Amino acid sequence: MNTKKNNLKTMSGLEYYRLFIKKMVILLVIFSLVPIFLISFVFRYYFLTSYSDKLQGHMSELVQKHKQNIDNFLQERLNNIKLLAESFTIEQLSNEEFLQKHLSLLQKEYDSTFVDIGVVNNDGIQIAYAGNYKLVSANYKDSEWFNQVLKSKYYISDVFLGLRGQPHFIVAVTKQWNNKNYIVRATIDFNSFNSMVENIKIGRTGVAFIVNKTGQLQTKNTNNLQTIVIDFLNKIEIEKEEIHAVQNLKYGGKEFIFIIGSIKGGQWRLIFQQEQGDAFSEVNNARQIGIMVLLFGSIGVILIYYLMSRKMIRFIDQSEIERQRMNEQVIESGKLASIGELAAGIAHEINNPVAIMIEEAGWIQDLLKEEDLKDCENLQEFSRSLLQIRMQGMRCKDITFKLLSFARKTDPRAVKIQVNNIIEEIIKLSKQRARYRHITIKTEFESGLPEIMASPSELQQVFLNLFNNAIDAIGTYNDEGLVTIVTKKVGENVIISFSDNGQGIPSANISRIFDPFFTTKPIGKGTGIGLAICHGIIQKLGGDINVISEVDVGTTFELSIPLIVEKDAEELLTE
Amino acid sequence: MSQIKVMLIDDELGFTSIFTERLILRDIDVVAVNTAEDAFAKLKEFLPDIILLDLKMPGMNGIEMLKILKKYDPAIDVIIITGHGLGLDREEAVKMGALEMLLKPIDINEVVKMIENAYKKKNMEQDFLKTNKI
Repeated sequence: MNTKKNNLKTMSGLEYYRLFIKKMVILLVIFSLVPIFLISFVFRYYFLTSYSDKLQGHMSELVQKHKQNIDNFLQERLNNIKLLAESFTIEQLSNEEFLQKHLSLLQKEYDSTFVDIGVVNNDGIQIAYAGNYKLVSANYKDSEWFNQVLKSKYYISDVFLGLRGQPHFIVAVTKQWNNKNYIVRATIDFNSFNSMVENIKIGRTGVAFIVNKTGQLQTKNTNNLQTIVIDFLNKIEIEKEEIHAVQNLKYGGKEFIFIIGSIKGGQWRLIFQQEQGDAFSEVNNARQIGIMVLLFGSIGVILIYYLMSRKMIRFIDQSEIERQRMNEQVIESGKLASIGELAAGIAHEINNPVAIMIEEAGWIQDLLKEEDLKDCENLQEFSRSLLQIRMQGMRCKDITFKLLSFARKTDPRAVKIQVNNIIEEIIKLSKQRARYRHITIKTEFESGLPEIMASPSELQQVFLNLFNNAIDAIGTYNDEGLVTIVTKKVGENVIISFSDNGQGIPSANISRIFDPFFTTKPIGKGTGIGLAICHGIIQKLGGDINVISEVDVGTTFELSIPLIVEKDAEELLTE
Repeated sequence: MSQIKVMLIDDELGFTSIFTERLILRDIDVVAVNTAEDAFAKLKEFLPDIILLDLKMPGMNGIEMLKILKKYDPAIDVIIITGHGLGLDREEAVKMGALEMLLKPIDINEVVKMIENAYKKKNMEQDFLKTNKI
């Protein structure tokens, strides 16, 4: 239990303010951050949705364009062959030189798109051929394209390896000459076709490829998609002109976007594929920047509020402490003033009647001298009694004078004092009393303790009070009573402490012990004014008095009296 | 030596009556008054050498009284006798012209000695002024 008289604060007010500010700051943070987060999330949602739509639209457009290109390409190649079949007779076409000439023309025109040209009769035997492979008399009777072209007059085959063992596809036209069906066919170079699709590239991972109805790749697929994915995409039903988009398709730990368009009259599908992360990379970058801005912004807001609240708390703390101190000063001066007034009142009220008593006694003494009372046996006793009345009256005067010296505003002469000497005197005075109660007195004086400026009688009063209190506190409570008096210099103060191993002060009383007329001693034993006077005297010296007490352990009163610098002391002395 | 004339100004009747008797017994001519008005009324006819003045009185504060008395006759000797020293301590009283300030209860012999000394001093001063005219 440690109470400092000067700092008796009710902390509840401070804590209330602190809690209030904390709550306010938390509310402020919430109300500032919530709208920012809300706006961010709403904005992000709408931005993402619209961006996703736009992106998909852009991809679909791209696929649409290429779909048309590929369809056009295929149609044109077919038209080339159609023209050849329509423009010339079978005799002309059977002439290999003639065929070679036209192949060269076509290759010149279309950059070696055409690999070779051949004419096949009704039985599937190639009767004429122009190209790099030796395919004259090759039998195509069992070829898929041969059967298809007989059925539908025009045909563009899927990509296959065929007799030559190279990926290629065939464009073929059926034409009747002399009531016999002949087929003019051309082989389209896979690479030149493939390059059309390969050119479709977006970002880092966006590529396109073509599959046929059974899911076989018609162009190279650089991404090595598994057939399961292709089958899945193939199962999606789409109209001939429709462009279909599949988003968020998870495969191999990644998410993909697929844009599908139908080509070659629904026989093939042009599929564009891109990793979702790649497609949305710009959005992701923007999002990352956004998150950083949001994060730093939030930290900034919280930091500013935190610092602001700390400043506010410090400000309130300070003003609260200031207020407390002023309150205490007002209370202190009020207390002192009330004690002073009371003391003066008592002094006046008592001194006047006592003065009359003494005068009356003196009057009797005067009259006794006038009378001839030599024979009166009690004359001596009268004189003794009158003297006693006078002496006791003077004693009353001493008591009231002490009260007055405490109450008086002006400082009773302060002189340089060695605290150790005064305490020694006090101990000498009270030794008898302590010995009677079996109390040991222990002193720990710092030798060479600097002198302080104070009134010796006042300081005596303080020390005597504290010493007597210590002895009273031990009383009959402790058979091995010990009073320890310590003096030391700490910083610019002289510290004097009186410790006892008495009964201690209950914490409930600690804050009141310096209040005037507060006493726990039995009626008639204590006035409750001693510690109040001590407090007043020490305060007047600019010092401080603290009490540390624990019930059943003991009590320590610690005085702290500031040293006065030599110059100040001289000033005081000359005043 | 003629009798010393002392005026005792105090509102405490119980005090003034006995103290007057005791002073008379000590061969001092005393007039006791209990109010400021009485004091001023008797001042001119009695012409005291010394005034014993209480600080607290009904009607007029002793401090004001002291000021007026010193104004009336700066040579007059005033000894303050009071039950309390609040508001005025010895040094202040002396500064204001009082000869001395005594706190009640007082020792009559001390007061008489003080009165006699003051009277002697005053007489010596007056003699000096009479015999040494420029």
